Amino acid sequence: MAEPGNQAFPTALRFREDATADEPAVSLDGFLEQEEAVSVRIEAGEDVTTLFPHLARVRLVEVDFPRFRDGRGFSTARMLREAGYTGEIKAVGDVLVDLIFFMQRCGFDSFAPDKPFDPDDAMAALTRWPEVYQHAADSRVPIWAKRHGARA
Amino acid sequence: MYRYDKYDQAMVDTRVEEFRDQTRRRLDGKLTEDQFKPLRLKNGLYLQLHAYMLRVAIPYGTLNSAQLRTLADIARRYDRGYGHFTTRQNIQYNWIKLEEAPDLLADLAKVEMHAIQTSGESIRNISSDQYAGAAADELIDPRPWCEMLRQMTTFMPEFSYLPRKFKIAVIASAEDRAALRWHDFALRIIRNAEGEIGFQVFAGGGMGRTPFIAYRIREFLPTQHIFSYLQAVLRVWNRHARRDNIHKQRMKILVHDLGQEEFTRQVEEAFAHFVSLGEDFPQAEYDRIAAYFAPPPFEQGLGENIDLSDPAFAAWVKQQVVAHKAPGYAIANISLKPVGGIPGDISAEQMEVVADLAKRYSFDELRATHAQNLVLPHVRKRDLYAVWQALVAAGLADANLDLISDIIACPGLDYCSLANARSIPVAQKIAERFADPARQADIGELKIKVSGCINACGHHHAGNIGILGVDRKGSESYQLLLGGSGDEDTTQAKIAGPGFDEAGIVDAIERAVEHYRAIRNQDERFIDTYRRVGMDGFKEAIYG
Repeated sequence: MAEPGNQAFPTALRFREDATADEPAVSLDGFLEQEEAVSVRIEAGEDVTTLFPHLARVRLVEVDFPRFRDGRGFSTARMLREAGYTGEIKAVGDVLVDLIFFMQRCGFDSFAPDKPFDPDDAMAALTRWPEVYQHAADSRVPIWAKRHGARA
Repeated sequence: MYRYDKYDQAMVDTRVEEFRDQTRRRLDGKLTEDQFKPLRLKNGLYLQLHAYMLRVAIPYGTLNSAQLRTLADIARRYDRGYGHFTTRQNIQYNWIKLEEAPDLLADLAKVEMHAIQTSGESIRNISSDQYAGAAADELIDPRPWCEMLRQMTTFMPEFSYLPRKFKIAVIASAEDRAALRWHDFALRIIRNAEGEIGFQVFAGGGMGRTPFIAYRIREFLPTQHIFSYLQAVLRVWNRHARRDNIHKQRMKILVHDLGQEEFTRQVEEAFAHFVSLGEDFPQAEYDRIAAYFAPPPFEQGLGENIDLSDPAFAAWVKQQVVAHKAPGYAIANISLKPVGGIPGDISAEQMEVVADLAKRYSFDELRATHAQNLVLPHVRKRDLYAVWQALVAAGLADANLDLISDIIACPGLDYCSLANARSIPVAQKIAERFADPARQADIGELKIKVSGCINACGHHHAGNIGILGVDRKGSESYQLLLGGSGDEDTTQAKIAGPGFDEAGIVDAIERAVEHYRAIRNQDERFIDTYRRVGMDGFKEAIYG
C-alpha cells in the first residue's frame, strides 16, 4: 500500500510523452509581459481567452483549483483545447481524485494536487467509466454515436 | 416510457460501484466527512438531523409499476416503511444508514433508477408536466426531450463543479403545470410561424432566499441545437458566477448582476461557438428516444359516460379527474394530502396499491407531480369507479386537488438540518381547520405552499398563500405571503406583514380566506381576487 512519503507514491500524475517544461509557470500577467516565457499559471477567475493569441509559444498551462468546490478550471481547460492548444494542461491546487476523470475529459493531462493522491484511487477513478454520454476534449466516443454506428 | 439500453445500464451500474467505493473509503476513515460530503451530495445523500436522507431521481416524474414496487421495497428494507414525494417530482427517504446506501442504489439500478445528481452543485433531475403524453392541450410529448437532456446532462465533464445547483424544466402546453419559470433553465416546446418545432427558452429563475422569475432569453431555439445552447448557458455561468458566497452563486444572481441583455449576449456568443464544434446530438438519437414514448395502444370506440350516482365518487371525479387527449380516457390524480397527514408521504403498502392500479388500469404508467401528488395518466373512464374504490380502501381517495388542503410543504425542522421552523405541523393544522369538504369546495382553487426556511423548498414564493418559517429569537415564527403563482401566469408572492406563531398563522389564513369570500366576484379564484384588489384590503383583514 502506497503511503505519502513512500518512494512509490507519486506527487504528480502525468499522461504525456514529451518532456516537462522545465521553467516554473509565471502568472498570466507575467506571461503576457515576458515574450520568452513558455509556462503560465491561470488562477480561477482569470480570463483564459487573453492567452489565445499567444498559444503558439505555450508549453505548459497550470490551472489552479483554489478549492475543490471551484469548478472554473474545467471550463478553462476545455476552452484551451477548443482553441487548438496541444501542450500540457496541469491541474494544481485542491484537486479531488474523484473528479480527475472529468478533468482528463476536459483536456487536463497532468495533475499535481496539493495533497497527493493514493495511486490506486487515482487509477480507479481514471479507468472506472466504460462509457460517456457527451463529446468533450478527449477522443472518447459518446454513447449516442455508438448507438448510431460509430466505432469506439 | 423510456427503457435503458446496455449503455444507460452501464452508466448507472458504474455509478453504484463508484459510490460503493467512496462509501468504503469513508467508512475506512480514508475520507473525512468534509471530503466525502461533495461526493455523497452528487448522489443525493444528505446528512439530516436524525439520519442520512437519500433522494431518488424520478426523471421528469414518470415511473412504472415495477419501479414503484421497488420504491416500496426500499421503504421497508432501508427506511421505516414510507417515502416522501418532493416538490421536484422525486422521492426521498429519511432514515437511511450510510453503510446500506450502496445496496439501496444497487436495488434501484435493477429497475433503471438512480440518485445521480439529485443534490449538490449539479444539474438536477429534469422536471416536466405530469400530464405529458396525456394532456389534451399539449403540442407534443415533452418527455423525449427530457430524456435527451437527462443523458446530455449526466456527468457533463466541464460542469463537474458548478457554482450551485441547476434546475431544468420542459413543458409543451400553454398551461404550465411544472412551475416552469421558477427554474434556472426552462424550455417550452412551441411551433413557430414556419411550422417548425422548437424551444422557447427561459433562464435565470429560481426560488431560495433571492427569488427571480426566469426571463425569456430566446424566442425560438431550433431543437437540433439544444445541447450547444445548454452548454453555452452553463459555460457563461460557470466562468462568471461569483464563487465567494454560496448564497449568491445561483445563475439567477449572475443574470441579475450582468443584466438580462448582457447575459443574453454572452450566451449567444458562446452558443455560436458551440454550434461550430458540431457536438449536437443527432436527429436519429431523438427519434430513437421518442419511439419509447409512442402513445400506448388506446382502445378505440370507448364511451365517455361515467356513472356518477355514488356522490362520494362523483365528488372525487369532479376534483381529481382531468381531460385526456384520447376519447374514452381520463387522467386521474391521486392525492397524497389527507387531512392530518404529511404532504407527499406515502406508505409502502399504499405504493403497492398504486403500482397495481397503474399496471391494471393505466398502461403501467404513473407520474409524480411537483405538488407532491401522484397521477394515473391513462385510465379508461369506465374504470374510474374501480380505481376510486381501490383508492378509498387504501386511504388515498381524498378529493382536494388544488384546494386549500392540497398544501405543498417541505420536510421542515422535523427532518431537515437547514430548516428554521417546522412545516409539516403547520400544513396539518391548516388542513384540519379547513377539513370540511363543502367549505373547501366553496373556497375553490387556492394553492398554499409552506417552507421551513428561506431556501424555499416548499415553494412559498409561488404560493397563492405562501408561508415561510423563520427563527425569531429562538422560537419558530411564520411569515405570510400572498399572490404567488407557479402557473403560466407566474408571479412572486409578497410578504403581507409581521409574522405569526403556529396558531396565529392558521387564524391569519382563515381571515384572509374569509376576506376573499366576502369580496370575490362570481367564479373568481383567490389569486384572481387578490390580483384585482391588491394587498391592502387583505392586509387590513389579516392584521385588523
